[in-house]
Amino acid sequence: MSSHELGLIAKSPSLDQLVQDDRVDVSLYHDPQLYEQELEKIFYRTWVWVGHESEVRNPGDFRTTTIGRRPVIVVRDKKGAINVLENRCRHRGATVCEKHKGNATGFTCPYHSWSYALDGKLRALPYPDGYEDILDKSELPLNSLRVDSYAGMIFASFNDEVEPLTDFLGGAKHWMDLFMKQGAGYPIKTQGEHKFTFNGNWKIQLENTTDGYHFPIVHKSFMSSVDEETSEMLSFMTDPQAVTHALGNGHSVMVMVPEHVDLEFDDGSEQLQERFAHVTEELSKTMEPAQVRRIVRSLHGAGFNLNLFPNVAMSMSFFRVLNPLSVKQTEIRHVALGMDGGPEIANRERLRIHEHFQGPFGFGSPDDAEAWERVQRGAEAGPQVPILVNRGLNREVLADNGDKVSHATDETGMREAYAMWKRMMSND
Amino acid sequence: MTEHNTLAALNAPLAKAIEFIWHEAALLDNKDYAAWAQLWSEDGVYVIPIDPDTRDFASSLNYVYDDARMRALRIERLSAGHSPSAVDAARTLRTVSRFNLLESSGDVVEVTSAQLLFAYKRGVHTPMAAELTHRIRFGQGGPRLEQKVVRLINSTDSLSALGFLL
Repeated sequence: MSSHELGLIAKSPSLDQLVQDDRVDVSLYHDPQLYEQELEKIFYRTWVWVGHESEVRNPGDFRTTTIGRRPVIVVRDKKGAINVLENRCRHRGATVCEKHKGNATGFTCPYHSWSYALDGKLRALPYPDGYEDILDKSELPLNSLRVDSYAGMIFASFNDEVEPLTDFLGGAKHWMDLFMKQGAGYPIKTQGEHKFTFNGNWKIQLENTTDGYHFPIVHKSFMSSVDEETSEMLSFMTDPQAVTHALGNGHSVMVMVPEHVDLEFDDGSEQLQERFAHVTEELSKTMEPAQVRRIVRSLHGAGFNLNLFPNVAMSMSFFRVLNPLSVKQTEIRHVALGMDGGPEIANRERLRIHEHFQGPFGFGSPDDAEAWERVQRGAEAGPQVPILVNRGLNREVLADNGDKVSHATDETGMREAYAMWKRMMSND
Repeated sequence: MTEHNTLAALNAPLAKAIEFIWHEAALLDNKDYAAWAQLWSEDGVYVIPIDPDTRDFASSLNYVYDDARMRALRIERLSAGHSPSAVDAARTLRTVSRFNLLESSGDVVEVTSAQLLFAYKRGVHTPMAAELTHRIRFGQGGPRLEQKVVRLINSTDSLSALGFLL
């Protein structure tokens, strides 16, 4: 038994001891009891991102995922409504679907062929005489979660009493709207995803999307592989306009490319990147210059990472989705985005940009994963030595709208996430 | 029976391809990326797709979709010492077998094979199984890779980022 486990038995530290304004306790990364509480009090209680509307475009379209350990199906029914159903037969508990995604007319359990409609209703079961007078089919649908969406982002909750999604997202909604402007007038669609696991706690990844400080160091090899213009674009370390806002409820946004925060705004001063010359040239054959500029300026995505507590980030040109598998293992999905109905050459360019950085063979993700695993391993070292999240406390200010604001390399976003963590973990 | 005799019993294009593929496998296990780069033709394409069925790699999201430019950048990244994951990459050992000659026309040979690879890092062995397709041109300057496609059997699931090439 490790020393921190012994410590817990002797006397569990209070949440106030575990999470302070400028530091967090290392047990947050490796205490299995805290992890179980996180599932119950965070992942099974608040709004959790489960998909994008373009992934379930037509009736019958579905994708499966998990919230914590609990398997769910996100599916559009015949009336066009999106349902999030527990992927568990009401008879003996088998999953009713094991495909990642697809189109179905319903879900049939492989064990005894109980079959469910797209809205979860139990439609039929074989040899029903054994259930006469003891089973009412209307009482045994697949369990459904609360579902709501904003800006095409679908969220679900196991909690019937969860606050309205619009309240939960609060100040983040403005940034979600800005993010979607990279569609350049087309709706955003997903274009595939990279999935990888790393041996570390989910919060290490939650921190990372709002960690501007690591970028030029961990991603030195990525930066030296891109052209000078892209490298210049991502050089925000000393740019005073590169700021992080805490947005409340654990959400935060880190602005890295201030001139790309609102992609609709174009004063014409920005030179289109030379690396995209082939795209510019091709689009210019059929499009007005302003629309060509809009599309090409949007290829790198929005100029910020928006971190939504607890499991999704809208990160420049992609979604980062985290899924805790255990206290010490986390799955990450990096979902590529494109313009639905937009020009193929630009959507392909977006795929190539995604492949360059993301995924287990990308030029960025493996180095992130290495750093995160090192955090997990190092954090075992000593329970008395906290994790510091104090960077930028000396220059954090309150904006007129009440957001806490500091530099993009500061840890304001992490402090916001941990404040929400503490608030949710304090609830009974 | 020596290896030489075994290969001699096969038809010549397949035997030459196998020799090439084994040589390539050894270079990758040894992380001799400079020598590996020399195996490629200028317009060669290296692909690790995600979609198990696609042949239209350009329109799909892949793990790797490298032309000569991206391949050179990748090799630079793996060799320069600035990438934490490459500096501390897993050690690998791979065997390639179950060869099947798909096509042999002129000096171009296309061969599929099964690759079983183990990666080892920090006490953990990670297996990675894949079907390989090599298209090799046996020209004047020696054999050159025109295309290599690596179809991992678990490509649509989560992988670990381990800092080596398949």
